[in-house]
Amino acid sequence: MNGRRPRVGVTTFPGSLDDRDAIRAVNLMGGEGVPLWHGHRDLAGVDAVILPGGFSYGDYLRTGAIARFAPVMDEVRAFGERGGPVVGICNGFQVLCEAGMLPGALIRNRQLRFVCRFVDVRVETSLTPLTEGLVPGETLRVPVKHGEGQFVASEEDVARIEGEGLVAFRYCGPDGTVDDEHNVNGSTGSIAGVRNPEGNVVGLMPHPEHAVDPDIGPTGGQPMLASLLSFALARV
Amino acid sequence: MKVEQPLHRGLGLTDDELDRIRTALGRDPNRNELAMYAAMWSEHCSYKSSKVHLRTLPTEGPQVLVGPGQDAGAVDVGDGLAAVFKMESHSHPSAIEPYQGAATGVGGIVRDVVAMGARPVALLDPLRFGSLTEERNRYLFAGVVAGIGGYGNCIGVPTVGGEIRFAEPHSANPTVNVMCVGLAPADRLVTAARDAHEGSLMVLIGAATGRDGIGGVSVLASRTIEDDAAESRPSVQIGDPFAEKLLIEACLELAEKDLLEGLQDLGGAGLTCAASESAARAGLGAELDLDAVPLREPGLEAFEILTSESQERMIAIVHPSRLADVRAVCSKWGLASAVVGRLVRGGELTVRMGGEVVAEVPPRSLADEGPVYRRPMEPPPGFEDSLDDDPAFATVEAGPSDAFLAVLSSPNVASTRWAWEQYDSLVQGETVAGPGADAAVIRIEGTLKALALSSDGNGRFGHLDPYLGAAHAVAESARNVAVMGATPLGITNCMNFGNPERPEVMWQFAESIQGMADACRAFGTPVTGGNVSFYNESGQSAIWPTPVVGMLGLIEDYRLLVRPDFPGPGLLVYLLGETFPELGGSEFAEVVLGKVSGRPPALDFAREAALHRTLIDGASRDVPASAHDCSDGGLAVALAESAMAGATGFAVSLPGDVPWYVTLFSESASRAVVSVTPGRAEALEELAGAHDVPCSRLGETGGPRMVFDTLFETTVEEARAAYEGAIPTLLAG
Repeated sequence: MNGRRPRVGVTTFPGSLDDRDAIRAVNLMGGEGVPLWHGHRDLAGVDAVILPGGFSYGDYLRTGAIARFAPVMDEVRAFGERGGPVVGICNGFQVLCEAGMLPGALIRNRQLRFVCRFVDVRVETSLTPLTEGLVPGETLRVPVKHGEGQFVASEEDVARIEGEGLVAFRYCGPDGTVDDEHNVNGSTGSIAGVRNPEGNVVGLMPHPEHAVDPDIGPTGGQPMLASLLSFALARV
Repeated sequence: MKVEQPLHRGLGLTDDELDRIRTALGRDPNRNELAMYAAMWSEHCSYKSSKVHLRTLPTEGPQVLVGPGQDAGAVDVGDGLAAVFKMESHSHPSAIEPYQGAATGVGGIVRDVVAMGARPVALLDPLRFGSLTEERNRYLFAGVVAGIGGYGNCIGVPTVGGEIRFAEPHSANPTVNVMCVGLAPADRLVTAARDAHEGSLMVLIGAATGRDGIGGVSVLASRTIEDDAAESRPSVQIGDPFAEKLLIEACLELAEKDLLEGLQDLGGAGLTCAASESAARAGLGAELDLDAVPLREPGLEAFEILTSESQERMIAIVHPSRLADVRAVCSKWGLASAVVGRLVRGGELTVRMGGEVVAEVPPRSLADEGPVYRRPMEPPPGFEDSLDDDPAFATVEAGPSDAFLAVLSSPNVASTRWAWEQYDSLVQGETVAGPGADAAVIRIEGTLKALALSSDGNGRFGHLDPYLGAAHAVAESARNVAVMGATPLGITNCMNFGNPERPEVMWQFAESIQGMADACRAFGTPVTGGNVSFYNESGQSAIWPTPVVGMLGLIEDYRLLVRPDFPGPGLLVYLLGETFPELGGSEFAEVVLGKVSGRPPALDFAREAALHRTLIDGASRDVPASAHDCSDGGLAVALAESAMAGATGFAVSLPGDVPWYVTLFSESASRAVVSVTPGRAEALEELAGAHDVPCSRLGETGGPRMVFDTLFETTVEEARAAYEGAIPTLLAG
């Protein structure tokens, strides 16, 4: 470590909800959370960007469909193209899919109901900012809370996502078993998160920022955010 | 063909009330004025039938910062912070349109808390429905739960609790209550028009005004719902949680920057209520310009703008020198703002539209000088007979094992996970204990303290004996926060009843208030505000008297929080308190014997308070390993719930000299199931002894089985299947 705290920007769109939580989690893990306003074309020189959960613009058109046009997103896109680490959590994942920065789309849960629950996810690759220090096969306990988290993609896209190892996380049982019982929203291939081919942009439905504080519950988000901080620092 | 009736009656005003309006004005009211009075003097806004009784509730205490009469009450939680909280009902709209009815209920109570300058930190939703064996009740239940989630999840306030119960009298009239809790710096609480003075501006912030919700308080909330309910659907408001989220952030920023002289939610009776209450509280008159109100569609008439209950709107009272700053904050959050009026010297609220005065009334006569009724009361016929029909004398045909499974899988006892998993209980990151615990526990950021929140109200008890029902609601909610280690500080309430014009309903109401008042005095938990919901009936069938209590407690150090789950094997299990043969109004009596009768359990306030002190002291000294309220379903259910939550079984021995169904299922008050490590057993016994609380060792935790002496045994997993599966199975039809 060079002693510098990595600065992680967290965007606030109108309707973002977990933005403060993400900043707090970053700070708790030893980084510096930096609020980024949707209307500013400025990332304040951060080392990584988190698009947090919530209901940006009410999600009235389609989840994430309007947020991708926000001025700050031009900067996020450019930052991602330069190789900067970008993480989309829940609504942020939906925004990244809408913005074309990640493959696939998220539709209403199979059970057609919102679900708030702690689940287990299995790490599928180390090639993302959230999993760099983790071993594929490792399971982490983190919460989901979403109504539209069912990951879908065209047949060709699914083949590409699976073939190129773009799956970042899958829903699983505590022992890592991937099966229908533990597929909390009916996602294709139990996919909970995906990455881009370059491996610097990752999106996931579960909330690592809500799994860092042992007083609240399980802490599966800690290794993910620790990985993000060291990934961000390595680029500085 | 309907017979034409005079306008005032169509609006819900009586002939006597029309005469009062004539006296207040010194002339006949015009159509707009009549609409304003009809809304403000409605039962929902004026509390005209309940006022004389509500006055007897204790409302004062050293911890109370704001009592009843403001948008929400507030208590001091130390460190310069105030906890702001209030409960409200949205039952009538939910009976007609469950999703929007429940959703807008959430929106309204959140704005009440925001209007005090507080950030909302928790929501709880006490709900009552008819039996899930009926399709319409399943539709109402699913719709209400989806509406609560749909709105609450979208505004970033965790929904952390609220109990759900089912009883036939709630079939046509579901009871939908919602409680919101917020936090604010105590010295920055914004009360409506606290510093307003002559010349202050009334700035309408948020959504445009439309035709939705017109007559919400007078047509819906202050009458019984008849067969033409569908025709009332336009009176149900439509919620926009995205606008609410922006409104929350904008209002809190206005409060933080100290730009406000007052802030008020536009809820029931809309602009009329906000303008007249602001002026009345400031002791001033006001001018309103309806042409300045942003409208959703052209062509609204004056009375519609005055009484519309369009959601997501607030009135800020602003000094003219701060107007530019206020508007800048609103536009930052993308919200419309418009100066729609000002406070003026004098005693009139003058409303203009199209250059003409369309209404001119004294604001105090609208807000404070409505009619007050002392309505006739008498106990319902057969009240005493039902009390004397003690289920303890019934013949019990079922065996203990079957009875246990029947009680555990009764929807009143079974897990309500199906509902609460649809609520975001984690957002804001302070939920230490969420749904499923005795009380929800929310940390206070930047301190070691936490708020413990519980809502309670036992319909059967209230039905059998309204006094005891309300007293039990206070006692149980206080016990629920005390088992977790929190000191009860105060309550908000929602009084859900039938038609107050019927003497037996009014008697139930008065008895309930008396029971609540006595219990609140005994436990030192004043009432800081709440809501009365009358006319919850169809034809001659009213809901059970349902006083719901929302308790707020404080834990000094959340790390000492006690949870209900048995944390592991080898712990000693104790019952604090004493079990009497009290099966009146119990879950066992209804589910196993098919009887809703008898006398609800006695409630000795001193015993109950001693139990609370034992639990709170014990928690602060880290004595119990777990603690759980023993109430619905009795000791058997309390033990099973602790076992299921901790995935740890137990073996207990039970007294042989009383019938098994009394031991297992009596719902005697003032009891808790506590587990301790063997090293702490002596400390627990001493502590209980010091408070004169009976303390009996039942057995030990461990293993996968739940062993009830020689009566029966089952496994934790079998019990869990029954407990978790009951409601989803019923919903599957």
